[in-house]
Amino acid sequence: MSHFFTAAVLSATIASGIALGAPLLLAALGETVGQRSGVLNLGVDGIMLLAAFGAYLVALRTGSIGWGVLVALAIGVVMGLITAFINVTIGAEQGISGIGIYIAALGLSGLLFERYVGTPTPITNSRGPFVAVHIPLLDRIPYLGTMLFKQNILVYAALLLVPALTYVLHHTTYGMNVHAAGENPAAADSLGVSVTRVRYTAVIFGSTMAGLAGASLLILDGIFQENLTQGAGFIAVALVYFGGWRPAGVALGALLYGLTGSVILTWKTLGIIPLSLSDLAATAPAVIVVLALLFLVGRYRQPAALGKPYRRQ
Amino acid sequence: MSQPEGASRGRALAAAAPLGGWRAVFNRWLILPAAAIGALVIGAVIIAAMGANPLTGYHALISGAFGGSYQLASTAVKAVPLLLVGVGICISFRANVLNIGGEGQLVMGGLASAATALVLPNLPGFVLIPLVLLAGAAGGAIWGAIPGAFKAYRGVNEVLSTIMLNLVAVQLMNYLLAGPMIDRTESFAVVGRIPQTRLLSPNSWLPIIVPGTQLHLGVVIAVLVAVAAWVLLRQTGFGFRIRAVGLSTDAASYAGMAVKRTTMLALTLSGAMCGLAGAMLVFGSISHRMVTDGSLTGFTGSDGYYGIVVALFAGLSPLWTILSAFLFGGLLVGGVSMGIALNVPYSSDLVTTIVGLIVCFVVALDAVRRRSGLPAGAAGPASVRELLTRGWLRRDDARATAVAQAASGQGAAEQPVPGQASPEPAAAADQAGEAQP
Repeated sequence: MSHFFTAAVLSATIASGIALGAPLLLAALGETVGQRSGVLNLGVDGIMLLAAFGAYLVALRTGSIGWGVLVALAIGVVMGLITAFINVTIGAEQGISGIGIYIAALGLSGLLFERYVGTPTPITNSRGPFVAVHIPLLDRIPYLGTMLFKQNILVYAALLLVPALTYVLHHTTYGMNVHAAGENPAAADSLGVSVTRVRYTAVIFGSTMAGLAGASLLILDGIFQENLTQGAGFIAVALVYFGGWRPAGVALGALLYGLTGSVILTWKTLGIIPLSLSDLAATAPAVIVVLALLFLVGRYRQPAALGKPYRRQ
Repeated sequence: MSQPEGASRGRALAAAAPLGGWRAVFNRWLILPAAAIGALVIGAVIIAAMGANPLTGYHALISGAFGGSYQLASTAVKAVPLLLVGVGICISFRANVLNIGGEGQLVMGGLASAATALVLPNLPGFVLIPLVLLAGAAGGAIWGAIPGAFKAYRGVNEVLSTIMLNLVAVQLMNYLLAGPMIDRTESFAVVGRIPQTRLLSPNSWLPIIVPGTQLHLGVVIAVLVAVAAWVLLRQTGFGFRIRAVGLSTDAASYAGMAVKRTTMLALTLSGAMCGLAGAMLVFGSISHRMVTDGSLTGFTGSDGYYGIVVALFAGLSPLWTILSAFLFGGLLVGGVSMGIALNVPYSSDLVTTIVGLIVCFVVALDAVRRRSGLPAGAAGPASVRELLTRGWLRRDDARATAVAQAASGQGAAEQPVPGQASPEPAAAADQAGEAQP
C-alpha cells in the first residue's frame, strides 16, 4: 500500500482516472441535455459503438485520427436524427426504442467490423492533439500538471463542456426552452416555443456527444473490437440520474467512476489486489454508483415530462 | 372473463376506443408482422450491400430454423431461455417495473445452479435436477430483489440499477469461474486454465426427451412456467395487484394495495424466471459446463435483452410469449445457417441487427397504433412508467384500468364531463377487493 501513496503514483492514477472518465462525461453531458428536454435516450451505448467503429475505420484507412473524430461526430448527428424521429415525431416508448437502437447498433458495428476490417489492427496514435496537449506553463506545476494539463484534447473538451453547458442550460433562452420542453411542454408550446424543434436539437446534441464519446473511447483503447464500449453508454445514462440532471453533478459522477477504475488498475499493477481478485475488484465502480444512487436519489427531481412524447391538443 | 359494469368501465373502454374497418384490422393483427417484415427488408438491403444474395440467406435461415425435426428441436432449445426471460419480463413490465437486468439475472442463476451441482454431484437426478433449477431461480431472484427493494423502498430507478447489476454480475462470474469454481482437474496449459467449471455431474443434466436431437426437458418446463405465469397474472390476487400497480401506483395504493411490496415481488419473480433461464443454459448446454469468455454475452448470448424483445412482441402476454420465443429462437438458430449459406463470418451480428430493427419498428408502429386509437383530447399517461408499458396492455386490463381510474379519479380528469363527481373511493376499494380470490 505504501507504494500507492507516493505523489508520483497518485498523480498518475488521478490523471488516468480523468482520462477514463472523459468518454463517460461526454456521453453523460449530452444525455443530460436530451433528458432535460424530456427525451430519454437509452441508445447511447449503440451510438457510441457505431461512432467508435466509424472513427476507427477512417483512422485506419486515412491514418488521420482527426478525420475519424469528424466521422464519429457525423454518425452521432445521423443517429440523433433517427432517435429524434422515433421518439419525438412518432412518439414511441423511449425506454424500449433506445434498447432497439442499442441492439441494432451493436449488431451493425460488429457486422461492419467483420466485413471491412476483420483482424483487429491498432490505430497509429503516437503524437498530436489526440495523444496529449501540454498546456504551456500549467503543465510544469508539479503533480497537478500531470493530472490535468497533459491530457488529450477530448478530455479538455469534456471538462470545458461542464461550465459551458451549465451556462447554456441556466442562462440562455435556448436553455430555458429546453427546461420548459422537459417540464411543461404544453406551456412552452402555448408561448410559441417549438417543442419539437427544441427536443430535436437536444437529442441531436446528445447523440453527437455520444459519437464524440465513442471516438474518445476508441482513442483511449487504440483499437476497435466488438462491443468496445462494454456498457459505457448505459453507465453514462446512469450518471445523468446520479448527477441530478446538472452538468456539475454529472461531472462529479463521471470522475468518481473513472477514478475508481484507475485506482483499481493501479492497485492491480502494484500487486495490492492479487490477480485472482482483479475481476471482483472490477465491480467496484458499478457497485459504488448503485450505492450512490441509493443515497443520493430523491434529492433531485427528474424533468416532469421526461419520457413523455408531446402532442398538441 | 367478467368485467365490472358501470361508468368507470365505460370511461376506461372509451379511452381505448377501437377503430373501425381495415385500420382496426391492421392495428390489431398486422402491426407486428409489418414490423418484422420491415426489419427483414432492411436486413436484406444490408445483406445485398455486403455483396451476398438476401434470398439465399433468408431461405437458409428459414430451413435452418424450421426445416426438419432436428432443426425444430434446436430452435425449441434456443427458445427456452428466451421464453423464460420473456415471461419474467411480462411479469415485471406489467407491474411497470422495467427489468433490464435479465443478463445479470441469467448469470447469477447460472452460477447458483452450477455451484449447487458442484457441491452435491452425487444426488440422484430426480432430486438434483429440481434442486439445481430451484437454485438457479433463487440466484436470479436475489439479483432481482436487490433492485426491486432499491426501487420500492428508496426510489432508485430500476433501469439504472439493473444495468449496473449486470456489470457487477459479469465480473462476479469471471471471478468465480476463474477462481473458486474453476476446473482444477485440468492441468495448466501454456496459457493457464480455461475459466470454466469441471464437467457437471451427469445426474444434473437435463434429460433429452427426443433421442437424436437436443430437445431436453427444459422445453416442457419452460412452457409450463409460461402457462403458470399466465394463470398468475390473470387469475390470482397477486397478479391483479401487479397489473393494478402497473397502471397507477397512486390508484393501487389508494385502493389499499401494498404497492412497495408488489413492486419488489414483481422484480424478484422476474429475476427468478431469468435465473431459471440461466440454469437452463448451463444444464441444457452441450458442454455441460459453465464457461466464461470474460464478456456478458459469452454466457447469456444476449438472451437477457432478446427476452425483452420476445415479451414485447407477444404484447406482454405469457402465452403469446411461447410463440414469440419460438420464432425468435428460429431467427437466432437460422441465423447460423444463413451465415454458412452466405459464407460470411458476420451472420450473428446480422441477426442482432435485425432483432434491434424489429424492436425499433415494433415500438414505432405501436406508438402510431396507440395514437390513432385514442380520441383527440385524451390526456397523456400519468407517468413515464405508465407510458412505457401502457401501449402494450391488452384488453383484459380494462378491468384493472377501471378500478385504477375510479380510485384515483383520473377517469373524470381524462374525460371531462361537466358536473360529474369522482366515484367514491370506497367503491373502488370494494372492486379491488372483490377481484381477489
